[in-house]
Amino acid sequence: MININEVVETNQMIEKENLDVRTITLGISLLDCADSDLDKLCEKVYTKITTVAKDLVKTGREIEKKYAIPIVNKRISVTPIALVGGSACKTSDDFVKIAKTLDEAAKKVGVNFLGGYSALVAKGMTKADELLIRSIPKALASTDIVCSSINLGSTKTGINMDAVRLMGEIIKQTAELTKENDSLGCAKLVVFCNAPDDNPFMAGAFHGVTEADAVINVGVSGPGVVKTALESVRGESFEVLGETIKKTAFKITRVGQLVAKEASKKLGIPFGIIDLSLAPTPAIGDSVADILCEMGLDHAGAPGTTAALAMLNDQVKKGGIMASSYVGGLSGAFIPVSEDQGMIDAVNAGSLTLEKLEAMTCVCSVGLDMIAIPGDTKATTISGIIADEMAIGMVNQKTTAVRLIPAVGKDVGDTVEFGGLLGRAPIMPVNNFSCDAFVGRVGRIPAPIHSFKN
Amino acid sequence: MKRTIITVVGKDTVGIIAKVCTYLANNRINILDISQTIVQGYFTMMMIVDLQSSEKSFDTVSDELEQIGEEIGVVVKCQREEIFDSMHRI
Repeated sequence: MININEVVETNQMIEKENLDVRTITLGISLLDCADSDLDKLCEKVYTKITTVAKDLVKTGREIEKKYAIPIVNKRISVTPIALVGGSACKTSDDFVKIAKTLDEAAKKVGVNFLGGYSALVAKGMTKADELLIRSIPKALASTDIVCSSINLGSTKTGINMDAVRLMGEIIKQTAELTKENDSLGCAKLVVFCNAPDDNPFMAGAFHGVTEADAVINVGVSGPGVVKTALESVRGESFEVLGETIKKTAFKITRVGQLVAKEASKKLGIPFGIIDLSLAPTPAIGDSVADILCEMGLDHAGAPGTTAALAMLNDQVKKGGIMASSYVGGLSGAFIPVSEDQGMIDAVNAGSLTLEKLEAMTCVCSVGLDMIAIPGDTKATTISGIIADEMAIGMVNQKTTAVRLIPAVGKDVGDTVEFGGLLGRAPIMPVNNFSCDAFVGRVGRIPAPIHSFKN
Repeated sequence: MKRTIITVVGKDTVGIIAKVCTYLANNRINILDISQTIVQGYFTMMMIVDLQSSEKSFDTVSDELEQIGEEIGVVVKCQREEIFDSMHRI
């Protein structure tokens, strides 16, 4: 039987160390909503979302109550809209209409975010893909909770540099259209290399075409729990450090597995995957950077950071894998800047730079995330940063992503404030030497060789 | 059998166990195990109970116990046992 120490430990994690289930994300296929008539398509999309997801929020609350564990977000991911709207949308404004429909449907069922205003263009863009991409600035400015993601490359296909170049401009336009709110639109827009089909986390969640009609994916979290566990092994060997992280990750993931199974049963929708991620929030004590400090660094970004992060990421996966029957999504430690107080402190202290963050993304999920840069950064520079990050993902056969916020009217020394889970970010300096001629080349970077590994 | 864990945390005072147990008895909730300890200076009690013969639902019991906790100045929490099983048993 369960003993009092175990009960106290669990409740301490929940109450004092911010253990929570970060998100229950309901993936819904909209492929069957495709229609050549835009109005009919929007109606079908609205009906399907509001029918399939009608009990999602209620079910989430019931589970919260039953186990007294917070489930922070209830979200929806849908089939990439470029595929769904392909035959109905003749202009970018047609796609914006679908975005507004998604926004309304998501608000109707009461979820926090809906992801899937997406296009998969790793090798090439269809007409519809390009129309959707060009509609993103307006779509994100005229909706509140719709998130957009674009897959720009993969290990198998290489990097679509035409799309990378275009996204540099789109990110700038999105920032401009939402400049009244510190360019908030860019916080809802992410580009990927090797985007997973079953990611429950925003802004990159979409319901891949290889998925079933509807599926439940759950993202767990708990940087605070790992940090507290590591406090008890200060000065111990790497073996002890690794074991402690593994055991903690196991416990955290088991809670996610329980919640996912329960939600799946209650909603009558199959369980997909658990995403084993350490996702920080701006709350004090809920920080991945703090774990790195606890491992022995003065600040995130100090020499040793990449090694510490590599170990953390790997041990989290090793512990989590055994705790869940199906693992997927992004699965790893997230290192967003604005959503992690420890990262913000490290930037302000001068310890953490964009280049160091790029190095860190080689060993963890996901990428350059929630980083505010000067508003006057050139579109080609943004494309260059994206291309670098995509290259890391392509060569290392992992998911990488870029979510940059070129905050209009702001420069190094200023801060952007988004509030809530999105947090706040100091503007970070960018290397402004030109890459115009490189980014200006047309075509794609070929897929890398899969042999002769050195 | 689906069991529920009740935890009571707060400053130690006369009659905490009595209050909670009276409520449980009145609602035909059987106590299977009970233990207590002091964690960081706070009185901490855990009960494993069985709600099967009670007419009240888990939600109602949970809300009413929370209410009783507020009256005597402690925090009372009800959770289904599965969360602890999941976390601490392979």
